Amino acid sequence: MLEILSLKRTVNFLKHALPVSIMSAVLVLGSIVLLATKGLNWGLDFTGGTVVEMSFSTPVDLNQFRSQLTTPETSSAVVQNYGSSRDVLVRLPVKEGISSDVQVVEIVKFAQQLDPNVVQKRVEFVGPQVGKELAEQGGLAVLVALICIMIYIAFRFEWRLATGAVAALAHDVMVTLGVFSLTQMEFDLTVLAGVLTVVGYSLNDTIVVFDRVRENFLKMRKSEPEEVVNVSITQTMSRTIITMGTTLVVVVALFLSGGSMIHGFAAALLLGISVGTYSSVYVATYLAIKLGVNRESMMPAEIEKEGADQPSMMP
Amino acid sequence: MLNKYPMWKNIMVVLIIAIGCFYAVPNLFGEDHAVQVVATRGAEVTASTQARVNELLASKGIAVKRSELEKGQLLVRVQNADQQLLAKEVIAEALGDKFTVALNLAPATPKWLESMGGSPMKLGLDLRGGVHFLMEVDMGEAIRKMEEAKVADFRSQLREEKIRYAGIRINAQGIEIKFRDAESLASAERFLKSRSNDMVFSDVSKGEDFALQAVMSETYLKQVKEEALQQNITTIRNRVNELGVSEPVVQRQGAERIIVELPGVQDTARAKEILGATASIEFHMVDDKADANAAQAGRVPAGSEVYQRREGGQVVLKKEVMLTGDHITGAQPSFDQYSRPQVSINLDAKGGTIFSNVTKDNIGKPMATLFIEYKDSGERNADGSVKMLKIEEVISVATIQARLGRNFVITGLSHGEAQNLALLLRAGALIAPVSIVEERTIGPSLGAENIASGINAMLWSMGAVVLFMLIYYRAFGLIANIALTMNLVMIVGVMSMIPGAVLTLPGIAGMVLTIGMAVDGNVLIYERIRDEIRAGRSVQQAIQEGYANAFSSIADSNITTFITALILFAVGSGAVKGFAVTLMIGIATSMFTAIVGTRAIVNAVWGGKRIQTLSI
Repeated sequence: MLEILSLKRTVNFLKHALPVSIMSAVLVLGSIVLLATKGLNWGLDFTGGTVVEMSFSTPVDLNQFRSQLTTPETSSAVVQNYGSSRDVLVRLPVKEGISSDVQVVEIVKFAQQLDPNVVQKRVEFVGPQVGKELAEQGGLAVLVALICIMIYIAFRFEWRLATGAVAALAHDVMVTLGVFSLTQMEFDLTVLAGVLTVVGYSLNDTIVVFDRVRENFLKMRKSEPEEVVNVSITQTMSRTIITMGTTLVVVVALFLSGGSMIHGFAAALLLGISVGTYSSVYVATYLAIKLGVNRESMMPAEIEKEGADQPSMMP
Repeated sequence: MLNKYPMWKNIMVVLIIAIGCFYAVPNLFGEDHAVQVVATRGAEVTASTQARVNELLASKGIAVKRSELEKGQLLVRVQNADQQLLAKEVIAEALGDKFTVALNLAPATPKWLESMGGSPMKLGLDLRGGVHFLMEVDMGEAIRKMEEAKVADFRSQLREEKIRYAGIRINAQGIEIKFRDAESLASAERFLKSRSNDMVFSDVSKGEDFALQAVMSETYLKQVKEEALQQNITTIRNRVNELGVSEPVVQRQGAERIIVELPGVQDTARAKEILGATASIEFHMVDDKADANAAQAGRVPAGSEVYQRREGGQVVLKKEVMLTGDHITGAQPSFDQYSRPQVSINLDAKGGTIFSNVTKDNIGKPMATLFIEYKDSGERNADGSVKMLKIEEVISVATIQARLGRNFVITGLSHGEAQNLALLLRAGALIAPVSIVEERTIGPSLGAENIASGINAMLWSMGAVVLFMLIYYRAFGLIANIALTMNLVMIVGVMSMIPGAVLTLPGIAGMVLTIGMAVDGNVLIYERIRDEIRAGRSVQQAIQEGYANAFSSIADSNITTFITALILFAVGSGAVKGFAVTLMIGIATSMFTAIVGTRAIVNAVWGGKRIQTLSI
């Protein structure tokens, strides 16, 4: 048996719970402050506007390209490279009185002056109204997901664990958003999908730990809740590391070679998975313990099951 | 005996995986370059058309791989892209404008597979290139049109019933009808109420000002909007067909939006012009009693209005519409004997009756053809919607010489306009103008790049995961890897089986992510087995316990992820939906392969034997 990833002795994870929780709290608070002050760099999907993706036959001098974009149609354009120095992305906000077609034609005209063989690879235009609706829907989606999950866990496990799990999820979402705010990476629809996937993944982790906690509460009848939790985390640690590892490998592959359209999605996952792994250990279980989870709170499910197996009292 | 699956369970596992593989197979065949021939109005694609096309291509030296006639459309597969272009030109030229000839990529699935329902996954626009439009219907305009029709109704009804009214006009709330006295108001209210139950009438008289306000009822308003959307969808669908695009998508989204996807289209300007154009025509009688000078000064008789003529000058027309473009069933551009462009028009039966009545009563009087067009003004309303510009022009005024029936011609257009008008009229008029609120164009080269990078990411990550599992869990790792591969094949199989599922770039990302997460189930089980062995259980017991104990963790964690995917699917649009679909399918198949699939193999290899050590 190759066991480099499993722990031989029960580790007192909860010993570090307080400092880690404080760190988490600081991270979440910091994220909230960042989101409130700097906000997110909303992508085209949410703000509306036009994006033109072009591929030049030779590397382009962006400054030279930018200096041309001074007409009223193109003045506030953001020009950047993606992938390679030959690939250029131009973003234009919605402008009063100017149609997106005219903007695109102008941009391509200037690009053709630099390189007659430029290829227009992608053009996207989103109306501001559509963007606003999407933002509302997206926020709602995250909220509904959290609520549904809370109900499911409360039903399958116990309300204290449900609260812990949802707190951990909210933590992961907040920290991920915080990093997006800090780096001002573009936040578009695929990133939102990434954030929701983080919710799913991080929950996966939390549930596995909880499942073991529930099992051990019933097994280790004499132990304190802290000890049960420590044993459970230790037992599931190798699995946590392996699964995180394989998923991270995949996400890194997506991040590196998935192309420009999938970049933000992979970045959100990369962040969320890293944060989600420790939050399922520290935030979720620690909060559940602080809320007073103990052996008795795990019992009802067991009694119910026995009751269900018994023959009915009524004829 | 421990760890022995009964035969039926093994058969079930093999069967399910075999079905998954079977439906995944069509994806291996790739696509043929093809030319698609569809008949437009009046024509029909028949076996003789097929024979003619085949003969034609043979004479040009273009080898036909396969030629199929199905559901009134002909699909001719050729060897490569060059021949495809050539074939399209040749066919289009020979068949004339009664058929649309489009380039297409047809799945190269063998006939026998196809007949068993096998077909490859459909690729989204981001993977094969094309245009995506989200269009919004201007409901205000649809309602205004309906109100105008109601005004005309009220006028004729009141006149019929000989109830005198002072005037009818549309105001911000609805329609206002003015009367000179209270009695006529009361009788009008009684009469109109009995006639139209879709309007709500209320007395809004103020002192000596007798007025009746008619407002559309809630249900009627909803119905009007619904009809406007439905009709616009039908019209846009017709226009898309006229564009000759293969496999277009036209579907509604929400209460007032329409999604249009045109795979492979690169000329977005023309696509937009045709899709968004709301050109229509209306026939009005010229108000020949109106004084031209007075009209110029702004004094227009009630019930009439001044319109611009295309060639300059103005003309006073009666407001009442004799006939709208809705009744037009056919329109062809042609030339008259002086080779001036014209459009020959065919009407439906109802339109024919109306038109014949109107022209019969008005022989010797001038009738005008009003051309109405809505254009994107480039400006936006306060709420962010596109401001539409309404352009109305009289394109011809002609004296009615005789009673006209269902076929007649419109003159006074340029050649290009005649072509466009004929196309638009043929495809039906949009009941309300539409504006494009979202547009995405993906070049075909980017589509190919997206596929390549997605597959690249998949290969890299799969390689890493497979290698790790093999080293860390040895024989059991190998089993997990077999399960992982089967899982991937099954996702592809299920995606191909579901008719509505479309593979997008985020969908590929969903698949890749599934690879990373799918091993989780096996890791959980294997760690449990190791725990049991460490605790001193026998090998068979450890396997049994490992699978049994890990089950609830796997089920719970997958169900919660599934919930997230379901929510993503419900609220997401386009790309996000694509991701959610593959994630959901991935969760379902990975649960099956990781739990049932690996168990079947483990049982077959080790089940029921006396063994001391396990390669895990």
